[in-house]
Amino acid sequence: MLSLSKHLKMVTEKQHIANELIPILEQVSDPEIPVLSIMDMGVVRTAVIENNIVKVQITPTYSGCPAMDVIGDDIKAALKEAGYDSEVELILSPAWTTDWITPRGRKALEDYGIAAPLNAEADIDVLLHGKRLVKCPQCGSTNTRLVSQFGSTACKAQFQCDDCQEPFDYFKCLK
Amino acid sequence: MKNDNLYKYILGIADNSLILGQRLGELCGHGPSLETDIACTNLSLDLLGQVRSYYQYAAKIAGDGRSEDDIAMLRKERDYLNVLLVEQPNTDFAYCMGRQFLFDVYHFMFLNELQKSTDFTLSAIAIKSIKEVSYHQRFSSDWIKRLGDGTEESHLKMQTAIDDLWTYTDELFHQTDADKAMVTEGIGVDITKLKSAYYQKVSDILEEATLKVPESKYFQKGGKQGIHTEHMGFLLAELQYMQRAYPNMEW
Repeated sequence: MLSLSKHLKMVTEKQHIANELIPILEQVSDPEIPVLSIMDMGVVRTAVIENNIVKVQITPTYSGCPAMDVIGDDIKAALKEAGYDSEVELILSPAWTTDWITPRGRKALEDYGIAAPLNAEADIDVLLHGKRLVKCPQCGSTNTRLVSQFGSTACKAQFQCDDCQEPFDYFKCLK
Repeated sequence: MKNDNLYKYILGIADNSLILGQRLGELCGHGPSLETDIACTNLSLDLLGQVRSYYQYAAKIAGDGRSEDDIAMLRKERDYLNVLLVEQPNTDFAYCMGRQFLFDVYHFMFLNELQKSTDFTLSAIAIKSIKEVSYHQRFSSDWIKRLGDGTEESHLKMQTAIDDLWTYTDELFHQTDADKAMVTEGIGVDITKLKSAYYQKVSDILEEATLKVPESKYFQKGGKQGIHTEHMGFLLAELQYMQRAYPNMEW
């Protein structure tokens, strides 16, 4: 067995995406959260051009995310339209974390009505200890409560605002 | 098969999650409330997502042309290596949460060690899955406490479920030949070392839930050798129905 820290060092690689591919990949969105591009979601880890073929590596948010197959197809279609043939590979390591959602992505989530993930500690406080810290994406109040730890997709929990009464999704912290 | 032990080792891990995922999936549309219904199917989705990674890897190792779906769907009952605990039926919600809790505590400890495997694929799956399983463990532990420390009736039902399911816990720590071989190679987790921490953690939560820790020392075993309880055949009949009725069908 390897030590965990040594192992994590092995698997923690930086994102590597060719500049000319960024605008193309930014057009592809998560089919379950259409306001969020896969780039802002942080699921694209590598996109490079090798011998006229674009090689893309994507990583799932959750293991069972049913959107990954569609995302793979959408990437190929977008690249084809831009004149590239491509290969898409699904990689598990390094594992996706909500920290990879960009600031623009977080804003897009909020505008769409989904509360963006808090930090890991606050996440435990709201999901386990009923603390009122999540900001309602409709009215901005933090007078919100957890309805269910699991929501409409694997990555979200259900909340309700006790000021404006609106129900909403909270994007759970995954670290 | 050259890597027979590794293949069997992967199936042992994956079959637990497949069969539990199937049980949880049976609750779709039948959960006691909308929120718990969605929660249980979310757990199922996580587990089935994880098993895809395991079975893809197993298919690669087997190298006999079978796909991940063939391995998941087309084996006979005796070839499934899951523990007896995960195939137990959804008797009532207390049983569902009891089964989940007794498995989640084990699953989390197991993945925590598997992260350090020298096998890169298994380690990557473990690092990915443990984040999801930590949510599962919180969810089921929470329900143990709510039902145990709830009303007189919920307490009674939760205690009955834990008492009944307890007999399947010891098997979690039985090593198979494949387990032993994989531990020697640095690939597998030495599950015997997790046992005392497991019972400690489970007891702590049961006590917090005002439940009695069962004292029975009578334990069932056999799942890891493919010898299952009477419930398994019915579960597989439903799991495999589409592939048996329409061979090679695809979604």
